Amino acid sequence: AALNDGLHSQVSAALKEGRVAPTELCQRCLALIKSTKFLNAYITVAEETALKQAEESEERYKRGQPLGILDGIPIAVKDNFNTAGIETTCASNMLKGYISPYNATVVQKLLEQGAVLLGKTNLDEFAMGSGSTDGVFGPVRNPWSYSKQYKEKSVPKSHSEDEESNWVITGGSSGGSAAAVSSFTCFAALGSDTGGSTRNPAAHCGVVGLKPTYGLISRHGLIPLVNSMDVPGILTRCVDDAAVLLGSLAGHDPKDSTTIQDDFKPFELPNLTDVSKLSIGIPKEYHAPGLSSEILALWSKAADLFKNAGAKVVEVSLPHTPYSIVCYHVLCTAEVASNMARFDGLEYGHRSDVKDSTESMYAATRREGFNDVVRGRILSGNYFLLKQNYEKYFVKAQKVRRLIAKDFVKVFRSGVDILLTPTTLSDAAPYTEFIQEDNRTRSAQDDILTQAANMAGLPAISVPTALSERGLPVGLQFIGRSFQEKQLLTVAKWFEKQVQFPVIQLEEVKRHDSDVFQHQKSASFS
Amino acid sequence: LAPWVPVVGLEIHAQISSNSKLFSGSQVQFAAPPNSLVSFFDASLPGTLPVLNRRCVEAAVMTGLALNCSINKKSLFDRKHYFYADLPAGYQITQQRVPIAVNGSLSYSLCIDNKMSQMVTKTVRIKQIQLEQDSGKSLHDDTRSQTLVDLNRAGVGLMEVVMEPDMCCGEEAAAAVRELQLILQTLGSSQAVMAEGQLRVDANVSVHHPGEPYGVRTEVKNINSIRFLAKAIDYEIQRQIEELENGGTILNETRAFDSKLGCTVPMRDKEGKQDYRFMPEPNLPPLILYDAKSLPANMNHQQVINIDWIHERLPDLPSVKRKKLVEQYGILPEHSFTLLNEDGLAEFFESVVKETLMKPKKVIGWILKDLLSYLKQHSLTVKESPVSSFLLADLLNLLEKKEISSTAAKQVLAELWKGEGKTPLEIVKEQKLELLQDQKELEQICQAVIDGHENEVIMMVLG
Repeated sequence: AALNDGLHSQVSAALKEGRVAPTELCQRCLALIKSTKFLNAYITVAEETALKQAEESEERYKRGQPLGILDGIPIAVKDNFNTAGIETTCASNMLKGYISPYNATVVQKLLEQGAVLLGKTNLDEFAMGSGSTDGVFGPVRNPWSYSKQYKEKSVPKSHSEDEESNWVITGGSSGGSAAAVSSFTCFAALGSDTGGSTRNPAAHCGVVGLKPTYGLISRHGLIPLVNSMDVPGILTRCVDDAAVLLGSLAGHDPKDSTTIQDDFKPFELPNLTDVSKLSIGIPKEYHAPGLSSEILALWSKAADLFKNAGAKVVEVSLPHTPYSIVCYHVLCTAEVASNMARFDGLEYGHRSDVKDSTESMYAATRREGFNDVVRGRILSGNYFLLKQNYEKYFVKAQKVRRLIAKDFVKVFRSGVDILLTPTTLSDAAPYTEFIQEDNRTRSAQDDILTQAANMAGLPAISVPTALSERGLPVGLQFIGRSFQEKQLLTVAKWFEKQVQFPVIQLEEVKRHDSDVFQHQKSASFS
Repeated sequence: LAPWVPVVGLEIHAQISSNSKLFSGSQVQFAAPPNSLVSFFDASLPGTLPVLNRRCVEAAVMTGLALNCSINKKSLFDRKHYFYADLPAGYQITQQRVPIAVNGSLSYSLCIDNKMSQMVTKTVRIKQIQLEQDSGKSLHDDTRSQTLVDLNRAGVGLMEVVMEPDMCCGEEAAAAVRELQLILQTLGSSQAVMAEGQLRVDANVSVHHPGEPYGVRTEVKNINSIRFLAKAIDYEIQRQIEELENGGTILNETRAFDSKLGCTVPMRDKEGKQDYRFMPEPNLPPLILYDAKSLPANMNHQQVINIDWIHERLPDLPSVKRKKLVEQYGILPEHSFTLLNEDGLAEFFESVVKETLMKPKKVIGWILKDLLSYLKQHSLTVKESPVSSFLLADLLNLLEKKEISSTAAKQVLAELWKGEGKTPLEIVKEQKLELLQDQKELEQICQAVIDGHENEVIMMVLG
């Protein structure tokens, strides 16, 4: 029985009622992490501290004084968030072994609410990429590669081929977090989203990926990629859980001058039954080149779902969408060049042994510390920021960015409440296929459906919709108005209920069968 | 030979007097143990963000108002990129596009031909004032081939004041900087002590013939005092003139002033033509300031800065103080300059005037000649004076009441200077310096002298 009004407690209730202890929950997650090690979702597993946190949580439950709904809940954090005392690497040689002295605000908030931090998840180096394949700790494997659903559908091309070479990517750059949530090793994970880095892997891994409005959640402690577009992202197994996480993280942070001042009121997600007052916009430009026919069909089906339920579904236009990739490329690389300037080996992180001069030490450190992707973006960014190029590229891109943002404003002003679009062009590609093209090409292709929301600072969420013909997850994206997360998540929740996305069937999870994971369509904690 | 017109402009960096740094909460303090005042942000730890210090903005607004600038109600922050050991983030946060204040002016006075009695007032235009971060300090240890980096200073707030090239020589530049220093100290926006690096001046110098376009300019750095500023500029002007008259050319370069040799030399660290790749600082929203008119009704006053409110509370600037001193006390303008030039001297003077019967016009002589020369001789500041304003006032009262002669007064002052705790009256009694006031007593003494020297008197009477 739910003790607090409105919380659809499953694990939370179980914890509160003593049906499962926080330490037990933590241990099971840690064991599952061990047996799913081949996914390479975690860079660091903070076993000792997690167990300690779980013990402390247990004490609180025993005293009848839990800190809240998150108390005792195991979570994972992408390795580009600062965690005091736990290594933060950004999957880069530059920060291998770097132990930050402070917690990112979002991490601090989670810990203060009693969440149990299991570890740091894998990503593309410095969050640059759309596959989670370009970090120094190797690529992340999509748990669905090992699912019954995928294995049933995959036809081995030859005898020698086995699971090993068939595995598919998670998408990126928050692939580790998405895989961690998808494989049940944690109940929620933090990612980051600059051009789609939370929504993209969420879609490929069959989990919910929320990108909040820029300025709603503090970026203090999130190692930046593009300061004007980055947001902390939330990955969960259901929309309700995302709402709970959002409620615990949103709000003004004096340490981050880009967070809004207004008070944030955490909300309960209503169970929407009547969508007749809703207006759903279908932006025609999101029928992008390369969009698989499968996803196109799914998108169309989803639109019909809303229409048949009584909602108003209209085609809209965001005319500057085709320019967003180039615009993003200029602004992103320019900021990257600037943000990476601090990595010189002097104060922290990797320092080269080259000692001839300060300059040579800097140069060697940066060559040794950064991978090709990072260095490529730094070089591009510096080029665009040169005095003679600044107007032509940077300022021009800022102008185009404003046009892209205005497109959304116009559409929302015309009476549309929410936009419905695909999240990705196709389902997850096999790793061997994905790496045929370079990072830049892939990013340019894969970001197209997601990065306009970052340019405009709007909230967006990817909801797992259905399985593809290959048995892999496909997600659809909802984009909402600035700071209207409640409306966005309400619609997303309604949609989630309609589509009833199947639970992943993983051997490893079955083996660690527990009451917690049983009897649930999608194991959630709220 | 055609005359040369030297042109001098200045870029002045004044450290803001505040408890904490411009964008972080670490303390601002001179000469603290190395790397003891460094926050995570100052060390550029990844993920840290700048948070603007209100006090620093107020200091810049005050300074802008005092220099007759227009305060920009909206100003922006930018990143200026270059790699150097004392710049942890690889960029400095500054205001390149839209600074906080623009288009002001500073009036300063000069003595003509070193005669204090002939003062002339000049004006230099202030191009702009911008807020920016100070860098850390790097010390090059050549013997061990290493560089030692101290980040205590990294991130301290600076006001960069840009003075247009309206000056013509070292003397003018020195006078302008001196006046700026006094203004900053009066406002309290900067302590402006050059020796402690709180005021740093770079000079831009060029020469040209009248009617011709401006010549190539050089930038002169590493100037540690106002005296050296004048020397460096005058040297550089001479050097450029000689170079050009010998058929050479002036390079657009940065030169360092060598105070030991008294000359400027090209700087070793030739940055060349640096492209700073300016970019807006994305973590700081535009800085919005309000005035009485634009202030929204329900705005929390703790969250905003009201330019008019600050303007109303500006203290009297040096020029105003001088005028008041002249008007109130009837002293000469050049006296008022000297009074303000010495920290605490004007207050000392006013204190003495309050406590004494002597007229201010007479008091000023004692202050500027006697007291000040003692202080200078012993290298003491007014605050360190062994003679307090009360003691001096007492002494001057004795003089004014004709209880002692002025010669005797000087003697007493010399004694007071020893700081042995005696009052002027005690010293007068000790050394029997009293002037005789009693007529009868005087007659008796005179009579006694005459009586005691009969022969001499007879000689005198006989002629």
